[in-house]
Amino acid sequence: MATATAEPSTTTVATSDGHKPKKNAFSDGQQRLAWILLAPTLIVIAVVAGIPVVISIRESFFRANTGVDPNTGLIASGDSFVGLKNFTDIFAGLNDVTGTFGTMDRFWNAFLNTTGFTVVCVVLETVLGVIMAIIMSKAFRGRGIVRAGILVPWAIPTIVSALMWKLIFDSSGVMNRVLGRQILWLADNGSSFWAIVIADVWKTAPFIGLLTLAGLQTIPAEVYEAAKVDGATTWQQFTRITLPLVKPTLVVAVLFRTLDTLRMFDLPWGMIGPGKYHVETLSIFSYQEAAATRYGQAAAYAIVLFAYVLLIAFLFVKVLGADVIGDTGMPKKKRGKKTDAGDGAAPGAAIPGLEMAGGAH
Amino acid sequence: MAIATTPQQEQQSRLSQSEVAELARAKQSPKALIGMIASYVGMALIVIYCIIPFYWMVVSALRDPSQGRSTAFIPNPVSVENFGAVFSGQNGFGRSLVNSVIVSGTTTVLTLLFGIVAAYALARLQFKGKGAVLWIIMACSMFPLIILIPALLKMFSSTPPFGWFPNWINTYQAVIIPGLSFGLPLAVWNLTAFFKQLPVELEQAAMVDGCTPGVAFRKVILPLAAPGVFTTAIIVFIGSWNEFLVALTFLTQQNRQTATVAISKFTGTTGFDTPYGTIMAAGVVVTVPLLVAVLFFQRRIVAGLTAGGVK
Repeated sequence: MATATAEPSTTTVATSDGHKPKKNAFSDGQQRLAWILLAPTLIVIAVVAGIPVVISIRESFFRANTGVDPNTGLIASGDSFVGLKNFTDIFAGLNDVTGTFGTMDRFWNAFLNTTGFTVVCVVLETVLGVIMAIIMSKAFRGRGIVRAGILVPWAIPTIVSALMWKLIFDSSGVMNRVLGRQILWLADNGSSFWAIVIADVWKTAPFIGLLTLAGLQTIPAEVYEAAKVDGATTWQQFTRITLPLVKPTLVVAVLFRTLDTLRMFDLPWGMIGPGKYHVETLSIFSYQEAAATRYGQAAAYAIVLFAYVLLIAFLFVKVLGADVIGDTGMPKKKRGKKTDAGDGAAPGAAIPGLEMAGGAH
Repeated sequence: MAIATTPQQEQQSRLSQSEVAELARAKQSPKALIGMIASYVGMALIVIYCIIPFYWMVVSALRDPSQGRSTAFIPNPVSVENFGAVFSGQNGFGRSLVNSVIVSGTTTVLTLLFGIVAAYALARLQFKGKGAVLWIIMACSMFPLIILIPALLKMFSSTPPFGWFPNWINTYQAVIIPGLSFGLPLAVWNLTAFFKQLPVELEQAAMVDGCTPGVAFRKVILPLAAPGVFTTAIIVFIGSWNEFLVALTFLTQQNRQTATVAISKFTGTTGFDTPYGTIMAAGVVVTVPLLVAVLFFQRRIVAGLTAGGVK
């Protein structure tokens, strides 16, 4: 399927500006070749993600046996089917704890912490990130230094940054010295919540800045010149030109920061510690249940988190029109030339980078 | 995407470009100076904001251990004793670093092997179900890692009903394989963008000259995509190096721990008083290789993170 198949398609591509090129250089056998090439990736994804998710779903309907088995008189082992009990127990209020948002079931406490962190962190990060991007876009020289500096928080492992902030927020640490106050940041109280927020914003705001800057640089200077000629103020230029044009990049960046913050784990774990209700996220709660071999409950909570993540992602795509896939995923909207599709993929392409940026925190 | 100025427009303006530039400069100069100063101040603030906490980590690492949690901004005397403690027998941090290199290295290599071919198919071939594949890969990068933990923990510890499964607790593969699930989406996405930037005519020319598609890919596309592959490798490696949750779950033995897990457990080994100096020194040791990579390849990394499209 080498040269012979390549030739007719060459002409199709060359002459098809404006038309849909039906075939490209590899014409026949593409279907099969594509699946062969994709097979390793898809198999890996199925094995390391698909199967565990299915097992987790199954697991969430089971519960480990505890106590003494009445038939044998031995300590019970294995697990038994409990239906939706792992989910309905969320509402039963069997395990009340006191956290940032008052006294409630440990699950809801973790749920509200997760939501609270996400809303507060993402809003602050976005605002700070956009400000940083605008400053950087105005820069004439020294952008390289700023870019290197901005990558420092990104490159530090989350767990290391958690321990670093733990030292900074120590009761006799430098933060209290600078503020001239004695706040017990790490003592599992309301301040702990804000300590986490500060640490998270520090780590990720520069990153949003970096991505927004990339978006800003695609806005042609002529647009601003035209606005100036029409007498637009700086603020008007920002709200009417900068924001709308940078929105596609920003929405995708914010979406992925949101999803990342929803699964926050490393930072509260390393900084405040496990089992601290003021900062316990759903990921941490689920992890602790799994570590205590309550796999059923752990799986149920993880699935609720998963559903929550899906819901948020769905809302972002539907309401804010986040273009997560880019044009790559829509063969129907095909462009005339291959190179255009490459540009179209840009917002989507930024995504996994973002995902990695937060790591699994 | 630039708005093209057509020849007619240029003629209509009846000003040469140098004249336009001169007029523009004359009008802006007093404002521009203020703007320039403001932007330098702003940039300095950004850099300070990003660097200061890291500076604190370095300073705390360089303090003499006897000074405890001193808040002096410059360590006096400068001491590398903490770094010695990091590698002392009890902490076994050297071993953890080796583990981290093994785990991250293997994850990166495997991710690239699978990712390159998949990305090439997505960038070049047209086939039914492409949208579905993209969504699957996308979804894979979205879902919370924690959902894998109960299932994998049960599997890898051969708890019933997974008695048939080999016990993988404290093995490298227990961390490498789940690591692929977040490395692969990133790699596939980045590489697809990079492959798409290369004109398809390159392969066509190679094939006209008698290459099979496979050879054309290997001899023409891969060398040209090398910068993209390299960038992806760095980003995947950093992500894998920084991974904590999976490693914490499956690597419980000290001699198998990766560096991130080892650091988090320094607390436990030395009683109640957290050995901050040692932890910070270990943090510096773990971070410095990444920072060196970032400083050397910052342009590439930024390009990889914002992936192609925008320059």
